[in-house]
Amino acid sequence: MKLSKSLITLGITTALATATMHANASDSVPIKVMADALHTVLDSDRAIYTKKVVGRLVKKDKVIKASEHFIDDKALPLPAQMFRMGAENVAERIADNPNVNFSYSLQSLWPINSQNAPKTKAEKEGLKFIADNPGKNYYSEEKLGNQKYFTAIYPDVGVAPVCVSCHNKHKDSPKTDFKIGEVMGGVVIRIPVDG
Amino acid sequence: MAKSSNKYFLFIWLILIAILLIYFTNALISGDDKTLFMPGALTDGHHQIGMACEACHQNSFDNREQIVNSCIKCHGDERKKPFDSHPKQKFTDPRNADRLQKIDALNCITCHVEHQPDITKKTGLTQPVDFCVHCHDDIADKRPSHKNMAFDSCASAGCHNYHNNRSLYTDFLIKHLDEPSNLEKAILPKREFSALLDEIVTYPHSQYPVKPLTLDDIDKPENIASTDNINNDWLQSGHSKKGCNCSSCHQQKSNDKNPSLWITKPDHNACASCHEMEVKHFKRGKHGMRLEQGLSAMMPEMARLPMTANSLNEELTCNSCHRAHKYDLVSAAVDACLGCHNDRHSLAYKKSKHFDLWQLEQADASKQGTGVSCASCHMPRISYDVSEWLSRIMVQHNQNANLVPNEKMIRSVCIECHGLEFSIDSLADKNLIEHNFNGKPSIHIQSMDLARKDHQRHLEKTKSDE
Repeated sequence: MKLSKSLITLGITTALATATMHANASDSVPIKVMADALHTVLDSDRAIYTKKVVGRLVKKDKVIKASEHFIDDKALPLPAQMFRMGAENVAERIADNPNVNFSYSLQSLWPINSQNAPKTKAEKEGLKFIADNPGKNYYSEEKLGNQKYFTAIYPDVGVAPVCVSCHNKHKDSPKTDFKIGEVMGGVVIRIPVDG
Repeated sequence: MAKSSNKYFLFIWLILIAILLIYFTNALISGDDKTLFMPGALTDGHHQIGMACEACHQNSFDNREQIVNSCIKCHGDERKKPFDSHPKQKFTDPRNADRLQKIDALNCITCHVEHQPDITKKTGLTQPVDFCVHCHDDIADKRPSHKNMAFDSCASAGCHNYHNNRSLYTDFLIKHLDEPSNLEKAILPKREFSALLDEIVTYPHSQYPVKPLTLDDIDKPENIASTDNINNDWLQSGHSKKGCNCSSCHQQKSNDKNPSLWITKPDHNACASCHEMEVKHFKRGKHGMRLEQGLSAMMPEMARLPMTANSLNEELTCNSCHRAHKYDLVSAAVDACLGCHNDRHSLAYKKSKHFDLWQLEQADASKQGTGVSCASCHMPRISYDVSEWLSRIMVQHNQNANLVPNEKMIRSVCIECHGLEFSIDSLADKNLIEHNFNGKPSIHIQSMDLARKDHQRHLEKTKSDE
């Protein structure tokens, strides 16, 4: 778990450093490029965790289980939980460094946890768009509370057998016929903007 | 004549005003006790430290952020996952902005306002009890079993706990379905301290290597008097058996070569030099929280619960329960508690099955860990992460950690010996609690029934899909 968090933190730091270098060259980074860079890191880290840690140790080597109650069951956290723990860690760190401000979450039209269903207009439109248009991302702006955000939504595709088998079997899953390669949800990244 | 009388009363009035001004100003500036200015009585949790306003308010009375930081300073460890199912991070995501407009879940003092005794519930809650509705108003659509349930029954029925829901979540209930009231293997875990000393980096290994000591090893200076009783108490204690000498407690640790000062009556700080976590937790609970705030030690006369007449002026420190030199863990687990506590639950203990089991264990008529003392439940042996890489079974010296709401006692205590359903029902039965669990619960909480139905529904669906 610590390794996973470190990977995420390292990845985000690298992305921000890269974006900063780019910013020095042109004085600014387009916000869409920033969101795309963040997503590239987040998506890569989670795919690596899913395939090289969960997929290998749970499915292939069968030495440990992965469980949503990973502390009680002394098991690996599920990839979606690892992703969320990273998001919460980022939120905590941003509280100490407001100059770096963004948030991200994993949502779905077919969420196991109903709290991860789309809520805002952009989320509802975006998740439908990426499900209807495989391979495309969705970009929008929205105002939540008193703050305006650039909101980017990226398709989250089932990359490994463990992704689809777990969702299809879960008692709280509203969809039980996912297939590998299908869009199962979306990664929502928000960056606050002026205005 | 009338003018003279008026002048006289004016003079008296001015004198009285001046006396009051001096009194209040003195209390405000120099007095330690500021309760005179308190707008309303404090909760049971904080009443002991009421004279230390700065413990919560720091240096301002209108800065909400400072007050919340004070909450976190003492309660922060429990406000993180997995101990809190609604931690702050859950609400900082911008997508929850609409929810925060209904109820500001980012700040402790949204739901826990002090000095409001008329609206404060036992848990310290000052919001209306149906607060769950703000975010879960559609629960009946998602969970048909919850249809027609009132939102003021979410927590009061013993089904949900906003913060620590660890023993009440559905999959945990399913895991413990159909357990007997008394488990076949009913035994409490053993403490781990001496066995893990090598891994406790803060332990002074080089000064006090772990080995049995004898009276010949005593390292007190020659000019310091001792008695046979003191020496024998120490010799029979766990301290002498593990290399803990007189100087470990009586002499301040010093890095220079000069001998450090001899302390006649070491306080909790001396204990903390080896038992850091135990003392930290002690100072978080009702017994030690005044010491944490730099106040004098708690005394039973300050308590809101009934206490024995003989104990009222006893100061509560580590030695109050453990007794200097002897460090008798058996006495500390029952006799020390009943020496002060004089309420119906405490007085009923010696008529309970738990006490029968305790006596059997002390008479070596049953296995270690099968007896149930006061401490077994109120200062349980828990697996605690003492660092990122080490957890050990230790006594939770914060007696308040699992007390309110009492479902927190289920995981740390009850299910070591009892089935989950029996535990939930028992903790919901106030009469049974008052009689110290001497009998069976007369109340049934339906959470296990709902979990059972949920589980059966899933099994049937899985079967039909196959």
